[in-house]
Amino acid sequence: MSLVFVEGNEAMAMGAIYAGCRFFASYPITPASSLLAAMLEALPPLGGTVLQGEDEIASIGYCLGASMAGLKAMTATSGPGVSLYSENISFAVAGEIPIVIVNVMRQGPSTGSATQGADGDVQFMRWGCSGGLPVVVLAPVDVRDCFSLTVHAFNVAESLRCPVFLASNKEIAMTRETLDMATVEKPPVAERAYHTSGPFEPFGIRPGEDVPAFLPIGGAIPVRQTSSTHGPDGYIITNPAEIEAGVERLKRKVEARLSSFTFFDLHSMPGARTLVLTYGVTARAARAAVATLRREHGLPVSLLILKTLWPVPEQVLRDAAQGIERILVVEMNLGQYVYEVRRVLCPQQVDFYGTMCGQLISPAEIAREVLRA
Amino acid sequence: VPSILNPDRPPVFCPGCSHEQTLHALDQAFQKLDLTASQVVMVSDIGCSGLFDTFFTTHAFHGLHGRALTYAAGIKLAQPHLTVVVTMGDGGLGIGGAHLLAACRRNLDLTLLVLNNFNFGMTGGQFSCTTPAQASVASRFLNALERPMEVCTVAAAAGAPFVARSSVYERDLADLLARAISFEGFALVDIWGLCTGRYLGKNPGAPQEIQNVLAGLPPYRGPIAQNLRREYASQYRERTGDAPWAVPEIPARFRPPISERREVVLLGTAGDRVISAGTLLAHAAVSAGMHVTQKNDYAITVMRGHSVTELIISPEPITYTGVERPDLVVALSEEGVRRRRELFAHMKPRGRVIRAKGVAIPPTPGTTLEVDFQRWGIKRRERALAALAVVAREGDPLTGGMLERAARGTLRGKSLDSALALLRRAEILPVG
Repeated sequence: MSLVFVEGNEAMAMGAIYAGCRFFASYPITPASSLLAAMLEALPPLGGTVLQGEDEIASIGYCLGASMAGLKAMTATSGPGVSLYSENISFAVAGEIPIVIVNVMRQGPSTGSATQGADGDVQFMRWGCSGGLPVVVLAPVDVRDCFSLTVHAFNVAESLRCPVFLASNKEIAMTRETLDMATVEKPPVAERAYHTSGPFEPFGIRPGEDVPAFLPIGGAIPVRQTSSTHGPDGYIITNPAEIEAGVERLKRKVEARLSSFTFFDLHSMPGARTLVLTYGVTARAARAAVATLRREHGLPVSLLILKTLWPVPEQVLRDAAQGIERILVVEMNLGQYVYEVRRVLCPQQVDFYGTMCGQLISPAEIAREVLRA
Repeated sequence: VPSILNPDRPPVFCPGCSHEQTLHALDQAFQKLDLTASQVVMVSDIGCSGLFDTFFTTHAFHGLHGRALTYAAGIKLAQPHLTVVVTMGDGGLGIGGAHLLAACRRNLDLTLLVLNNFNFGMTGGQFSCTTPAQASVASRFLNALERPMEVCTVAAAAGAPFVARSSVYERDLADLLARAISFEGFALVDIWGLCTGRYLGKNPGAPQEIQNVLAGLPPYRGPIAQNLRREYASQYRERTGDAPWAVPEIPARFRPPISERREVVLLGTAGDRVISAGTLLAHAAVSAGMHVTQKNDYAITVMRGHSVTELIISPEPITYTGVERPDLVVALSEEGVRRRRELFAHMKPRGRVIRAKGVAIPPTPGTTLEVDFQRWGIKRRERALAALAVVAREGDPLTGGMLERAARGTLRGKSLDSALALLRRAEILPVG
């Protein structure tokens, strides 16, 4: 057996290359910088382009231009940079521009602690841009997920023509671990659907579909892209009914396909009265905690690790909570995703445990919170 | 070559607006250069200049205020054959100032037309970065307190190789635009005109007045001799190299020296190379088929502050990456020790501490071994690796052979030579 010893950021670069990413731009920020470094090693020899932007706004702007010109594009930053991405993220939603956005979360608020982990942007990624339309957020647990979820992120971004977040964390991105590449999931790579015949409209929707067929800026047929509210031809519209239909479609196209990109690990224990629900690096402590509770206390506890955070995979939550008396949501923040869990599982008992001090939540803390009931 | 203006979408500028003259001059420039619609992309942003893309039948990318240059760069790098023309107003120029400077410095083959009409037309006539101090605008006195930006001088200072200042009243505007577009590199044309909707009524000015002001300014007519150089994209491919990036696989070549999980912590100060030593330990453990995690903690100050690396080495896959009950602690500085004080009390009873002489540590149930690195001439940056060599003598969690192999597998040249020499010296290092 041969193993690689990589950090999460490197595994994401490997996944991006595998997925066909050919354009990457970002602005240095700990703990995302080593992804820029890895992409700079990986992409240019393949004919791809890497830019270090003059700021975060430019970095995502470069990506949006390159994506509309036909390249698979990715950018990476941390929470402070996502703030600066915000306006261009809503542009990617409105203009249906495929892009993968890596957010390596660090301790906030604000500048916070550059080299300390956190999961403090979980609601921010969903709601942090104007208009409030859905975005997709996938959350890796380890380097294995960093590879395969990056491929899935590109697949979703390309097939739905939308921004997709990878919600990483300093504790995943900059922690090295062994990985047997032979056993890593390597999903088939999806491409955006190209317009092939008939008259072309840049935002035209064929019957029975809800994602416009793509042509690149720079091809033989002129293509329009615009951040303004537009109709199928890419020109401004003002008719309220047409505007409403447009935004409803942007919402529908993401939510309707949720089941095709719902990723999770559910460890159901027969007789479990408690379900621990978590995501990201905290899932690793939760696995250890659940094993300890079973081994040392004879206590069966179920565990749901969500890897698709947004849109909320509501059915997965409901199925996992069947017959459960108490759901314990554990997060590296002061309580964010727990609001979604409470919304979906109401009136079941949903408790929260979280810390926000730059340190990992330990298995012992989770076990203690499970036993507290 | 026919016009590439869109006959179905005639201009909707205010009557008398200067932008309309620029629009026709640009169309004429395209014709002079034999450019057809699919060979051109118009990249625009917000404001009246942002209407430009809608009047042409070309490719079009209309984005956020001030960010047009960023989209244009992404498009140009992805589709190098395209003629990329960017329109921005003086408003977009102000909000996107960093992008202007970056474009001038980078020298990608883009053409930027600054449709400079000295105010924010669409939002109500507020002052912009080019509004004259004496102008009467919707920002009361604010423009009187700031000096307007001299676009061409800024661009030339930032390295733009083609900079021109003109106005919509110049008869050769179309020729100038054609020269800018055909220039191979970043070209900026600052085109002065008047906003009839917001500016002109409060600031009576005839075309002649603009021409008089222009005549009194230093002329910019195109190429800037000292900024002429090779275009960015044409050089990018020459420098990329073709060596594919590959993460090395570490084959399992040693029998595992341990059958149980070990938690290891190296505590030091920046410059002690504890993280490098930790990575070497990890490679050694992987070469015995072990699973390993390595989690680091260091200060943001590069060559100052604590530096801590925590490793878990296990025959089983590792879940939680935090170290709670260490089997081995290497204490090289008190700064590092302070960062993880609590670990010492929680050490496993059979655990070991390798402590550099003079470094105080809290009470611990483990066995403490002291090494006088200084006395034996081991430099600070060598101590972490030397400590691992001391650990390897007992074959837990690694052997000297594994450590040497890891060094040979990850280091090259002089660093490898000095690491191997250090391992030899550390083998006989006295331990108290």
